[in-house]
Amino acid sequence: MSNDGVNTSRRTFLIGLTSAVGAAGAIGAAVPFVKSWQPSARAENAGAPVEVDVSKLDMGQRVVAEWRGQPIWVVRRTDDMIANLDKLNGELKDPQSEVDQQPPYAANEWRSIKKEYLVLIGICTHLGCSPLFEEEPTVELQFGGFFCPCHGSKFDLAGRVYQGVPAPTNLVVPPHSYTSDAVIIIGSEEGETEA
Amino acid sequence: MMRMVNGLIDWVDARLPVVNTYKKHMSEYYAPKNFNFWYYFGVLSMVVLINQLLTGIWLTMFYSPSDGFGSVEYIMRDVQWGWLIRYMHAVGASAFFAVVYLHMFRGLLYGSYKPPRELVWIFGMLIYVALMAEGFLGYVLPWGNMSYWGAQVIISLAGAIPFDILPFIDAKDAKEIGEALTTWVRGDYLLSTATVNKFFALHVVAIPLVLVALVFLHILALHEVGSNNPDGVEIKQNKDENGIPRDGIPFHPYYTVKDLPGVIVFLMIFAVVIFFFPTGGGYLIEKPNFVAANPLKTPDHIAPVWYYGPYYAMLRATTLEWFGMSSKAWGLIAMGGGIVVLFLLPWLDRHPVKSIRYKGWLSKTLLLIFALDFLMLGYLGTQPASGLAKTLAQIGTVYYFLFFFVGLPLAHRFEKSKPVPERVTGGH
Repeated sequence: MSNDGVNTSRRTFLIGLTSAVGAAGAIGAAVPFVKSWQPSARAENAGAPVEVDVSKLDMGQRVVAEWRGQPIWVVRRTDDMIANLDKLNGELKDPQSEVDQQPPYAANEWRSIKKEYLVLIGICTHLGCSPLFEEEPTVELQFGGFFCPCHGSKFDLAGRVYQGVPAPTNLVVPPHSYTSDAVIIIGSEEGETEA
Repeated sequence: MMRMVNGLIDWVDARLPVVNTYKKHMSEYYAPKNFNFWYYFGVLSMVVLINQLLTGIWLTMFYSPSDGFGSVEYIMRDVQWGWLIRYMHAVGASAFFAVVYLHMFRGLLYGSYKPPRELVWIFGMLIYVALMAEGFLGYVLPWGNMSYWGAQVIISLAGAIPFDILPFIDAKDAKEIGEALTTWVRGDYLLSTATVNKFFALHVVAIPLVLVALVFLHILALHEVGSNNPDGVEIKQNKDENGIPRDGIPFHPYYTVKDLPGVIVFLMIFAVVIFFFPTGGGYLIEKPNFVAANPLKTPDHIAPVWYYGPYYAMLRATTLEWFGMSSKAWGLIAMGGGIVVLFLLPWLDRHPVKSIRYKGWLSKTLLLIFALDFLMLGYLGTQPASGLAKTLAQIGTVYYFLFFFVGLPLAHRFEKSKPVPERVTGGH
């Protein structure tokens, strides 16, 4: 067959253009398939953010909420509790919260947005037990903290792990923010994340 | 009667190349006459594949992803012969990896990946990767506690990817690709029924389709270039006056009949495991998997099934924090790299000789250490990572990569190979 009268460059251009349109169509068609893997509306509802009103929480007390099947602790720390955090630094594995166990706004020594309120996921980073809250000093915890009854891991009142215990890292701080002065929303950063 | 049959064959053959295909792949596919023991494992993987497909289809008749643990209990206790079908499938998974690992080692021994068989090797590697995905997805389905925590560990590996979010995945609370990916894969914010349902679909439909297609391509590519053999001699270079390799014999009936006893011996061993050691002392089905998934109770020791051992050991052995990336991310790179490097094997091996029979002492020693290293890593991967185990795993990981990047490309420069014969030998 002869190639007389064939405009090769136009043919190449048309082939390229058709392929590009086809590829764009294929990517568009892939969207529903990819998106269907995202959490469904039902799963999103079940995992929706949870509001915790801390206005009635007394100094030194804790309230437990549930978010995505996990216990969430909110502790209102007294000035003493906050002042004592500094004294422990030498006994902790990660006193400055360098390991990625918290959102950036809680990556500080007191591990929270406002020093007063500590928000933690109440699951031991060792094997998933739920540690006990010790607001008063005990034999193990001289300034109070969290003690895991399963394997004896110890955390201070900022959820920072002690040295020489099985838990490898600090307790996890969930994403959270303040919708008002005394209402914390767990699992959402739409509110205020500055102190 | 005979005339009718022949007539029918002719009629079909005029419309579909049945006779030609049969000749090309069976009665006139000339395989080297010197195959040895190592050449059983290809056909054995086919046998296990058929076992997995058959028992797998039957299991879907009774399994239900919304009650994974309960429905497996139901299969084990209430479905007639359900226990046997389930154990055939579960033990079959381990058997699959056992024969595939031996099949791959055969390739390493005799240089079966070297030109012109690179594509055969690549398709084989793709099968291996698909098989690993299939095995992982399948292990999650019974929704025992090890299913749950194994999936937790493996899916959270994606969380080690430290870059910004993909534009098309709008995970509301996720900050990095890793987090978004894990949510996307789980289909939920925690491992849940949504995840099991998805894995069920992938395990019983998507991956098996891919696997079967890849097996087809693997064999098609093999039959195009012809089989290698323990001498690494190209039998097609020595043909008789009819164009038939002098050292080749028709696959059917010679090798079909030779393979049969191998299959029988294999099935005997397989049956012994199914009937007497179906859980393999915790190596084939781990003990925590006899308890339902429990997000609040982590098993004392999370270990993969034995066939992922080597790569899991590499993942855990990595403690580097180069270039500001976490050791978890580097572990992921080591694990993935350990598999990727196998794909590159045909181009990494620069040895002029194919078969280990005619390579020098250095190649032989390096390969032997590699085999031992792989076994050691496999064992370490299933054990807790204590001090010594971790050091050994690190040494093992380093050797694994040195073997591929230094040993295979350079070994031939430091050894004297034996002359490769013109024709295949009887192995002595």
